[in-house]
Amino acid sequence: MSKYGEKNIRAYGNNFTTMTPGPVAKFLRTNLIFQAIRFIIINIKMLVVVSKSH
Amino acid sequence: MARLVVLGGGVSGHTAATFAAEWLGSAHEVVVVTPNAKWNWIPSNIWVGVGQMTKEEVTFDLAPVYAKAGIKYHQAKALGIHPEGNETSDKPYVVIESTEAGKAGQIENIEYDYLINATGPKLNFAATPGLGDANGLGEFTVSVCTADHAVHANEELHKCIEKMKKGERQKFLIGTGHGMCTCQGAAFEYIFNIEHELNKAGVRDMADIKWISNESFLGDFGVGGLHMKAMGFAVSSKIFAESLFAERDVDWIIGAHVNKVEKGKVHYELLDGSMGEEEFDFSMLIPPFAGVGLKAINKAGEDITATIFAPNGFMKVDANYAAGAYENWKASDWPSTYQNPTYGNMFACGIAFAPPHPISKPMSSPNGTPINPTPPRTGMPSGIMGKAVAHSVCDRILIGPDAPLHEASMAHMGAACVASAGKGLFTGTAAAMTIYPVVPDFEKYPGTGRDTEYTFGEIGLAGHWIKHILHHLFIWKAKLKPGWTLIPE
Ligand SMILES: Cc1cc2nc3c(=O)[nH]c(=O)nc-3n(C[C@H](O)[C@H](O)[C@H](O)COP(=O)(O)OP(=O)(O)OC[C@H]3O[C@@H](n4cnc5c(N)ncnc54)[C@H](O)[C@@H]3O)c2cc1C
Repeated sequence: MSKYGEKNIRAYGNNFTTMTPGPVAKFLRTNLIFQAIRFIIINIKMLVVVSKSH
Repeated sequence: MARLVVLGGGVSGHTAATFAAEWLGSAHEVVVVTPNAKWNWIPSNIWVGVGQMTKEEVTFDLAPVYAKAGIKYHQAKALGIHPEGNETSDKPYVVIESTEAGKAGQIENIEYDYLINATGPKLNFAATPGLGDANGLGEFTVSVCTADHAVHANEELHKCIEKMKKGERQKFLIGTGHGMCTCQGAAFEYIFNIEHELNKAGVRDMADIKWISNESFLGDFGVGGLHMKAMGFAVSSKIFAESLFAERDVDWIIGAHVNKVEKGKVHYELLDGSMGEEEFDFSMLIPPFAGVGLKAINKAGEDITATIFAPNGFMKVDANYAAGAYENWKASDWPSTYQNPTYGNMFACGIAFAPPHPISKPMSSPNGTPINPTPPRTGMPSGIMGKAVAHSVCDRILIGPDAPLHEASMAHMGAACVASAGKGLFTGTAAAMTIYPVVPDFEKYPGTGRDTEYTFGEIGLAGHWIKHILHHLFIWKAKLKPGWTLIPE
């Protein structure tokens, strides 16, 4: 899992200079507790953007 | 009794018409002219295009909704505007042609006191030979721009999946079909939905997936890219996008003007002037957008289309169309009231208004071919503009012709975008992004042009859940179900 994404990097290819997620980043994307918290935070942020836009 | 005519019942026009009907009540008349019998929540066409939703789940009949709202509905397309009336009457009117079964082709004039043009884009497939013609999509590529296109795209996708299951390798090419396209976000979402579906079908290892677009860098999205807060950094959307492409093993060609499509092959020119070809088994290329081709005629019967509309067919509004070179561009070039400068009772909102210039820096190849994204006017800004314009018209009808106009500049407005990959509640993920403001203001926010507190992006299930909620919320709102006015655009 730690090599997830890294294996796709091709030396001096298009994607050589970017970053790829490691195991913690990958885990957090689908961790229900972390994502539930992020869900609340993203919603609040989006609501602020919406209210600033009207 | 005053009459407001709204041309176009899409995201922007539907918002404008329904709010206007709510605010004006039965003392005044709201008329919608739109060629489609059904409303389409276009963002979910992506899921139709991979077979995760049906056409019925993303569309509904307009007639009962408009009947409930007291809106007069003409299933027709507008052909022309006569803002000064004609030789026999000073009353402005629009000429419409019915698209209703049994009445198709019938011409009618509809007088108005106020006009809102929300006709959205003409999908200009004909701009690229082989991409399609004046009648629409061609035979070599697919599209997800309409629900019907998306149904067709899904059928073609599944033919490829069947071939891969039988051991035949397939090449997927997704992106933009011309150097002057917008809507990269939709193609971006589609490519990752395809990648997700191929994984689910167990054939990802049989597929080569490639992105082709007119962006000068990956993650430009037609807004000149954006910097978002992540891990304590203000990270460029280039890194964000490239990272996602690398992770999912999707290669890319950028700075590309697709100039010809043949069976299984596109021809393109790059920003450095070189020419290339790319083969494909399945390709979804977004066409460039143009105005829908409305004509404008003055009282004397003279064609004043060039006065009312920009050369790309979009309606001129209160924008600064003389900003000139990129170095001179300012956030204040962008319109705020969407009022036509020649006729004060005419407004344009959503994709139908003529932007003052792109948001991304204009670029061209050494051969002089312009290759840069044109500015996106996504769902949230289109809805907000529609509501602001409806508010202005209602005030002018209810308070008086000098009532101040409401403002909704894209330079003071944010946008929320959620690009999903997959649909399952626990298996899909999404990149959720907000951008504030849509048009960068380098005077107010030196450096990045945006407020990085409110410009952010992250990948995960949370964004995916938001995408699901938005789908149901916006369809609820568009159907005018209880509480619809409380749901923000
Ligand atoms: C596949 C796809 C995915 C997208 N995903 C997202 C997303 O996730 N988030 C987001 O914010 N935005 C998204 N967008 C963009 C969003 O759909 C548009 O910004 C929005 O639809 C623009 O609203 P509009 O009212 O200007 O145009 P439209 O919604 O296109 O409405 C225009 C209406 O005018 C009608 N019309 C056309 N010609 C005439 C005529 N001659 N007379 C009268 N009426 C006419 C059309 O039939 C249509 O009903 C996506 C777009 C696509 C194509």
